Amino acid sequence: MSVKRPTDLSLSRRQLLVGTAALSASALVAPHAMGETLPTATVNTTGLAVTDTEVTVGILHSVTGTMSISETGSVQAEKLAIEQINAAGGVLGRKIKFIQEDGASDWPTFAEKAKKLLVQDKCASVMGCWTSASRKAVLPVFEQYNGMLYYPTFYEGLEESKNVIYTGQEATQQIIAGLDWVQKEKKANTFYLLGSDYIWPRTSNKIARKHIENKLKLKVVGEEYFPLGHTQFNSVINKIKLRKPDVIYAIIVGGSNVAFYKQLKAAGINLTKQTLMTISVTEDEIDGIGGENIIGAYACMKYFQSLDNPNNKKFVAAFHKLWGDKTVIGDVTQAAYLGPWLWKLTVEKAGSFDIDKIAAASPGVEFKGAPEGYVRIHKNHHLWSKTRVGRARTDGQYDVIYETAELMEPDPFPKGYQ
Amino acid sequence: MVMGYSLGELSSIFAMQAFAGLILFSVFLLMALGLAIIFGQMGVINMAHGEFMILGAYMTYLTSHGFQTYLPGAYAIYFFVAMAIAFIASGAIGLAVEWLLIRHLYVRPLDTLLATWGLSLIMQQAFRSIFGAREVGVQLPDWMMGALSVTDVIEVQINGLFVMALTLIITGIVALLLFRSTWGLQVRAVVTNRTMSGAVGIDTRRIDRLTFGLGCGIAGIAGSAFTMIGSTGPTAGQLYIVDTFLVVVFGGAQSLLGTVASALTISQSQSTLEFFLSGSMAKVLTLLIVIGLLMLRPQGLFALKVRR
Repeated sequence: MSVKRPTDLSLSRRQLLVGTAALSASALVAPHAMGETLPTATVNTTGLAVTDTEVTVGILHSVTGTMSISETGSVQAEKLAIEQINAAGGVLGRKIKFIQEDGASDWPTFAEKAKKLLVQDKCASVMGCWTSASRKAVLPVFEQYNGMLYYPTFYEGLEESKNVIYTGQEATQQIIAGLDWVQKEKKANTFYLLGSDYIWPRTSNKIARKHIENKLKLKVVGEEYFPLGHTQFNSVINKIKLRKPDVIYAIIVGGSNVAFYKQLKAAGINLTKQTLMTISVTEDEIDGIGGENIIGAYACMKYFQSLDNPNNKKFVAAFHKLWGDKTVIGDVTQAAYLGPWLWKLTVEKAGSFDIDKIAAASPGVEFKGAPEGYVRIHKNHHLWSKTRVGRARTDGQYDVIYETAELMEPDPFPKGYQ
Repeated sequence: MVMGYSLGELSSIFAMQAFAGLILFSVFLLMALGLAIIFGQMGVINMAHGEFMILGAYMTYLTSHGFQTYLPGAYAIYFFVAMAIAFIASGAIGLAVEWLLIRHLYVRPLDTLLATWGLSLIMQQAFRSIFGAREVGVQLPDWMMGALSVTDVIEVQINGLFVMALTLIITGIVALLLFRSTWGLQVRAVVTNRTMSGAVGIDTRRIDRLTFGLGCGIAGIAGSAFTMIGSTGPTAGQLYIVDTFLVVVFGGAQSLLGTVASALTISQSQSTLEFFLSGSMAKVLTLLIVIGLLMLRPQGLFALKVRR
């Protein structure tokens, strides 16, 4: 395959200037790639869509269908990150161009579009997917055609691939710190586990139960699952009233979430008195639930929009400038924002766009400008990150009331929890 | 002591479970009513029923914003205005849809299934384009939130009572219309024998249009009421549609009483089973019971005895 080389001096000098601008504009660039504009033939030996001035990446989310509720935020965050990276000089001196495809909330469509992005468009990386089902659908495609996927959602773990970087937390990172906190702060002894009936809540609750029973030596007094889209929770609310658990541990998703919290409130359960902890309600979901229905609930995840640090302030301001003041930013949206940045840093560390080289270079890549603070890629391709507990306010935001002192190690195949 | 609970606790729980069952019954009936009269009268299965409900929910959302901005003093009663607006909006769009789409397909009943399904997709995407992909939160006036404490354990949800009262009123009105009005007389005639009704001078086309409009309007009211207990988003209508079909088919397509009986059976078995089993298992068992009964009585619980 022939690759276009820079033919006249002024072009490569301009690129050099762009690269230098990136150096001064941002301290985030990995050390040995600063300001270099390496020839395309060197940085791209496998025929990806990389030219002397441009590199193409894919964005693959649902913007139609039922999942568009959740995935819209991820698309917005990824576009923001790409825009910022381009403003700071791009990746190895090349501007990022993106091709967006719609997974349409349909898993076979995700697989088909992933194939299109890799085979036809030759995307150097893809930011995408939200549900585990869509990730499972595209995984064989990414492995077969050797692509690189940056996956933003917190998920159940039990997966590790050379071709995926998981920028959200896996289940143990999200769950264990929260349970330890609630035991210590709330003197909790009994737990009632709830969830929507599919793999993520079930796996997460399994981990939670093992941790509660084996590590904390406390009691689980109930565990229940509801079909996705379930809208009637009065019976289980009655059971909760009867068993009087110290903590309700809820992993309910989608439209069911709204019904659950509204009915909990209507049944007279006041979340400022009854402790409820969730790992599935981000600021995005509160928009639909209504702040007044969930005030006082605790959420355990790695990012809240209200986080007080300079990175996050800049991120929130930039996000609002691009997408409007009213858009809220949830955990996954922030994780989606990490994708393009981590890819850029990895490419510059590897000095190459080749998938094999960035897969190998990923472990150890640090992103100090992350809105959540500092993150680093583990050798299992998940992120080291802190876990935080937030308390819901009426205005739909969380007050961050606890964060782990250390970064939590990602452990997608946790021993003793399976 | 039974199952580790005292007798007092148990009796209160039974009371609350009975109440939960009644709320579920009201919800099911309210969802199914609009669909049942359309299906019963015209044989058209309106796959977009859920979307007409969500249209009502969005109208409620808009009304609540309108009141917050222009009439904050009257916020306590906005919900009633919202229900009226929801009825008018869903009903008007229902009439338009009947005129544009459904009436051309009466001779091909199976195609209406496909056409209304397409309509539901169009409506979903329209909601998404107009109101955004994310769910919207509908705020309730303060008096409609919370619960009345009867005893320490027994608490009665106000919005549950509201839905129950609303269902009672709407069902009453529909029954009155069906059995005491000229329209109702004509509807019942058309249901029994369409050709003959046409022959004796009943304008069956007009009756169809009115019925479709009314059915959609009731769906709008239902959607408006469900903003109290569920979510309002472009695809939220899909959450209700399966239960709705279940109630209508199980009840027997052409009978109001059948719809009521069916909603009662399904809601009671589901809420009782949910208490003793987990949510998913309760659903599975409920569906199995319904399938079993439908195998014994394919025409549903109540069916018109008509010579065909």
